[in-house]
Amino acid sequence: MNRFLRLVGRDLRLALRQGSDATIAVMFFVLCVVLFPFGVGPEPNILARIAPGVIWVAALLASLLSLERLFQTDYEDGSLELMSLTALPLEAVVLAKTLAHWLVTGLPLIAAAPLLAVLLNMDGAGFGVLVLTLAIGTPILSLIGAIGAALTLGARRGGVLLSLLILPLYIPVLIFGAGAIDAAINGLTPRPHLLLLAGILAAALPLAPWAGAAALRQAVE
Amino acid sequence: MHRFANPARFLRLSTLLLPWSAGATVVLLIVGLYLSLFGSPPDYQQGDTVRIMYIHVPAAWMSLFVYTNMAAAAAAGLVWKHPLADLFAKAAAPIGAGFTLVCLVTGSLWGAPMWGTWWVWDARLTSVLILFFLYLGYMALVNAFDDPQRGTRAGNVLLLVGIVNVPIIKFSVDWWNTLHQPSSVIKMGGPSIDSSMLIPLLVMAGAFTSYFIAVVILRLRTEIAHRKIQTLRFSVAGDGATG
Repeated sequence: MNRFLRLVGRDLRLALRQGSDATIAVMFFVLCVVLFPFGVGPEPNILARIAPGVIWVAALLASLLSLERLFQTDYEDGSLELMSLTALPLEAVVLAKTLAHWLVTGLPLIAAAPLLAVLLNMDGAGFGVLVLTLAIGTPILSLIGAIGAALTLGARRGGVLLSLLILPLYIPVLIFGAGAIDAAINGLTPRPHLLLLAGILAAALPLAPWAGAAALRQAVE
Repeated sequence: MHRFANPARFLRLSTLLLPWSAGATVVLLIVGLYLSLFGSPPDYQQGDTVRIMYIHVPAAWMSLFVYTNMAAAAAAGLVWKHPLADLFAKAAAPIGAGFTLVCLVTGSLWGAPMWGTWWVWDARLTSVLILFFLYLGYMALVNAFDDPQRGTRAGNVLLLVGIVNVPIIKFSVDWWNTLHQPSSVIKMGGPSIDSSMLIPLLVMAGAFTSYFIAVVILRLRTEIAHRKIQTLRFSVAGDGATG
């Protein structure tokens, strides 16, 4: 456990000292959402109608941005091979790095989302659910993304390939995430959507590090 | 299964199987197409449009069947490092993607007159679309590495991750209220379609399956020959360098 936390701490320190990943993800998220009023027109009713979906799609894309470098730098400078030799199982390494990735890129997205919801004139009933769905959903994005990042390690055009592999797997998260907010805005209960989303998280939490570690073993072999 | 890890044994078996499966494809396809286009009655509601189903349904079955086989081969490839299993998944992927595309296109053609729309975002259609993207992603991933071994291994992991989609496709029509009709052939209490329509459907399914077997054998043989040529080239280059 101590090793696990130390690894999370190391990744966080690296991310914070280099400083760019978190800010770039949030800036991309904001810009992506801000484009929509220009694209579909500033009509408040239309914006309010599409706000949940737009925010969720933008969050998906923003979390994709830094995924490519989740294992890339460690793979290139050889520290990944050292990590695979330590007593800490590779599954725990993947989980630690995913957790650090989520803390750096996922949390700022959650913090920025209500502001964007105001810009898009979203109905007030959806704000709590928006934050809740993102809080459950963004860890899933990081977990699934970790599999893709491990698979494409050392591939040609890894970044593009990564999005091609991962985006189809993101679709269920998007459906239930945006569906919960829509339900809350329309006066229905968002509970079933939230439960399904939490179910995906409960399945991804043990399975994704396992698959990611299997993929990493192929890469460092 | 480990008997076939030896490519030479597989090649001998495949020379035996290939003409039979190719012949079965031709015969079954001719019989199946005749039965489905002329030998079966039009549906009382759908009219002649129902004939699209004789292509659509077997293609949909095959898209799942091929993926499941590829995932099983991927598991065998990862667990036992079975060399032919890796090649099988790689050889089957374009065929599976083709079946999925046929399924999507014929479904769309059928939907236009029947549902009044080319496409709806219901659970079955969306999950089959995801399956199509999984096939494409697998093919892109396998070919993205300089070392072909690394590509197939990464692809194997992806195939096993994508297997979660298969039960979702199968049960999507039962779990959600969708426009796509529930299963009428494989279900409790026997099929609910008349034998005059069921028989052409099963013949077509047989034709598609034997087509898959024939093409996958052909592709596997090509791949093995390709590897042989590569090994020979490397050894010639090695000889040239040392000698």
